[in-house]
Amino acid sequence: MLGQNEQNMKKRMEGRVAANKISMVLFGLATAVGLIVLVLLFYRVLTQGVGYLSLDYILNFPAPYPEEAGIYAGLIGSIFLMIIVAVFAIIIGVATAIYLEEYAPQNRFTDFIRVNIQNLAGVPSIVFGLLGLTFFVYMFSFGYTLLAGGLTMALLILPVIVVAAQEAVRSVPSEIKEASYGMGASKWQTIARVVLPAAIPGILTGAIIALSRAIGETAPLIIVGAATAIYTLPDSLLAKYTVMPIQIYNWTGRPQEEWQYVAGAGIIILLAVLLLMNSIAVLIRNKYQRRF
Amino acid sequence: MDKGLQSEGNMIDVQQMIENNKKKKTVGERIEKIIPFFLLLCAAVSVLTTLGILFTLLRESIGFFSDVSIVNFYTGTNWSPWSGEYGVAPLIGGTLLVTLIATLVAVPLGLMAAIFLSEYANDKVRRIIKPILEVLAGIPTVVYGYFALTFITPMFQSIIPDLGIFNALSAGVVVGIMIIPMVASLSEDAMNSVPNALREGAYGLGATKLEVVFKVVLPAALSGIVASIVLAISRAIGETMIVTIAAGATPNLTFNPTESIQTMTAFIVQAATGDTTFGSTIYYSLYAVGMTLFVFTLVMNLIAQYISRKFREEY
Amino acid sequence: MSKVMEEKTNVRNEQTKKPEVKSEVKKEKTNSIIEVNDLNLWYGSDQALYEVSMDIPQERVTAIIGPSGCGKSTFLKTLNRMVEMVPIVKTSGSIKYREQDIFSSKFKEEYLRTKVGMVFQKPNPFPKSIYDNVAYGPRIHGVKKKEILDQIVEKSLKGAAIWDELKDRLHENAYGLSGGQQQRVCIARALAVEPDVILMDEPTSALDPISTAKVEELVQELKEKYSIVIVTHNMQQAARISDKTAFFLNGELIE
Ligand SMILES: Nc1ncnc2c1ncn2[C@@H]1O[C@H](COP(=O)(O)OP(=O)(O)O)[C@@H](O)[C@H]1O
Ligand SMILES: [Mg+2]
Repeated sequence: MLGQNEQNMKKRMEGRVAANKISMVLFGLATAVGLIVLVLLFYRVLTQGVGYLSLDYILNFPAPYPEEAGIYAGLIGSIFLMIIVAVFAIIIGVATAIYLEEYAPQNRFTDFIRVNIQNLAGVPSIVFGLLGLTFFVYMFSFGYTLLAGGLTMALLILPVIVVAAQEAVRSVPSEIKEASYGMGASKWQTIARVVLPAAIPGILTGAIIALSRAIGETAPLIIVGAATAIYTLPDSLLAKYTVMPIQIYNWTGRPQEEWQYVAGAGIIILLAVLLLMNSIAVLIRNKYQRRF
Repeated sequence: MDKGLQSEGNMIDVQQMIENNKKKKTVGERIEKIIPFFLLLCAAVSVLTTLGILFTLLRESIGFFSDVSIVNFYTGTNWSPWSGEYGVAPLIGGTLLVTLIATLVAVPLGLMAAIFLSEYANDKVRRIIKPILEVLAGIPTVVYGYFALTFITPMFQSIIPDLGIFNALSAGVVVGIMIIPMVASLSEDAMNSVPNALREGAYGLGATKLEVVFKVVLPAALSGIVASIVLAISRAIGETMIVTIAAGATPNLTFNPTESIQTMTAFIVQAATGDTTFGSTIYYSLYAVGMTLFVFTLVMNLIAQYISRKFREEY
Repeated sequence: MSKVMEEKTNVRNEQTKKPEVKSEVKKEKTNSIIEVNDLNLWYGSDQALYEVSMDIPQERVTAIIGPSGCGKSTFLKTLNRMVEMVPIVKTSGSIKYREQDIFSSKFKEEYLRTKVGMVFQKPNPFPKSIYDNVAYGPRIHGVKKKEILDQIVEKSLKGAAIWDELKDRLHENAYGLSGGQQQRVCIARALAVEPDVILMDEPTSALDPISTAKVEELVQELKEKYSIVIVTHNMQQAARISDKTAFFLNGELIE
């Protein structure tokens, strides 16, 4: 009687151990799915696009024939757009973060700003496009221009920059702030000369990551009227422009297969730019990581 | 004459200089007062952005509903704006279909990845795999759209021969892949914050790892996991480029994932790229659809926040 | 408008007053530079200091000792009003620096802190170069000329007995220095604005014995020119370096 019970126990135990082993493999495989897809995606893009990749491709404007088409307008347009986005989003984002971390009183309005930023981060990017269309394109009469696109994108990534900057400002040790106050520095002197310089690596890392999100965004720029094909570079804030993702979208949508290769080449360039930006962010982070 | 000079023979007296500069300090004091005001103005930009979004969505939607009755908009089942039919159900249906497929892909894969990373993987494996998963979240959506259209769809077509070039299935699967990192990393955070004492208690009773995961870790981390799923769903609802490129532009109230459909976001893109005249009914319909989309995602985000706030109180 | 005028006259008053005080001081060195009377301090509803009255003698080392949590740091930080950075702090009683009430609205805390400098328990240099660390104080108070700053930096580092060690490394980041060197740079940083009083809160507790000895030696040199208040939990240290010792217990001064 007792022996059989033990036998049962042992059998059940073996079953449980086996289930444990199988599930571990299963969980590992599930984790691998994401990685496999990533590899497939890179492989696909590379094999499709690399044939069309050349210096000409980088330096050519859009063209009616796949062999002549290039991403120059998009590449330069993306860079110009990012400069506008960076200027507005970093200034306003860092200022917001400093306000929230150093000045904001503990009251309802401050809580409201915090919750609001959190919610803004969850608004679909295309809704920001509608915001930009109403205000920047029509109400402020900027039209379908670099400025309208840049401001729209700046608002889109503002929450990301605020959160990153808040973290960077918060991580400045209070000891060195005290040292500054102890020297008779005022609040703003302490922030401008001690807190901000110490927070800059963190702010920069966050800003670059936010910008790398912006440089791949397509939907809001379609709404605020980025051109699909232009043949000159933008020469002012109020010039027409296009960006890499818009060109890629446009090429992807064409029925002839060659255009997919052109799009693939564009994706390689876009991903290369993203890789470059993220490497810079990682470099900054590693260089300044163990400072405090 | 003064201390510095007497004791060191040095020509400078810092305290004297500070005294002299005190007059300038009144300028400094003014800056000190202006700065917080300037910073508050910047902080107000994010509030203004929200107000601006609400304002524009509401105002233009009201404009739209003076042309098209709100009842017809939300109860009609035919969406063909170029012939004056504005029943939004097909767009909502398309959005929900894609979101459902994405959820079916992302939740099991994301959760299993989270369990693997938090319970099974050692530190070294975790430190390699997590950043790679994060890369998935950083791929531009236009690239995913391209991948769905030129790779996933042809692949599925070899299994399902009558799958169209544009279909909800490929788009949904790729949206699901895109949101895996979100489910995985937020759920992993939730599982990591389950106190080790709980696990040790169960191990002490002879439980295997798998049993600990299902009987201890998952229940304890449940609200965090649910919050992560809700957030990921919200992201899927708002996703635009993948569905625009791969799911087509056919407003179609169907639950057949092999058909071409149109989501709310894809309609907004379609109408904005077409020659939509400012002030026309179609122009206003952009905002009515945008408003509906906004409400969907906002509700999801608020639910996620509510759940994770409760979750934080637990420990 | 009238407020600005008032402040300006105030400045002039102080300027004219200062030399008088000093000449007096020359005659009688044991004058007190800070007088504390009936000081009470609360963190919210918790009282941390009870009826503390004491004089800080000029150009002497005053040591404050007592068990941990008895209010030594709180007392020290009250002397340059750093304690007010904790928003819930309330005080009563008076503290006079050179016979002026430091709590009066006319007395700006930024100004007070240029007179009453502070060195902290843990070395806390800024993540800047050694030079920029030492030049920080003069710069925020409006000294811009490079030649003057150069002189101040040299003089202050010499004052902190670390010039010879660091004169070739002035533009290196202060974070690269050893703990003892960092602490002496922090002392040099405090010296750079030429305060009258230097408050030191357990300045050697984070240092090894050799660095501790160096800092103690430095304190002895500094008292030639500065009035020093030093918190220590170490009775021997207090005996070694101080001219006057105050014992704190549970927020009370028990001499
Ligand atoms: N920022 C603060 N907020 C509230 N209470 C504090 C704060 N700092 C110190 N205290 C309290 O004041 C008392 C004295 O602390 P402190 O001056 O740091 O003592 P010591 O330096 O002698 O160790 C302690 O009971 C401590 O808990
Ligand atoms: Mg202390």
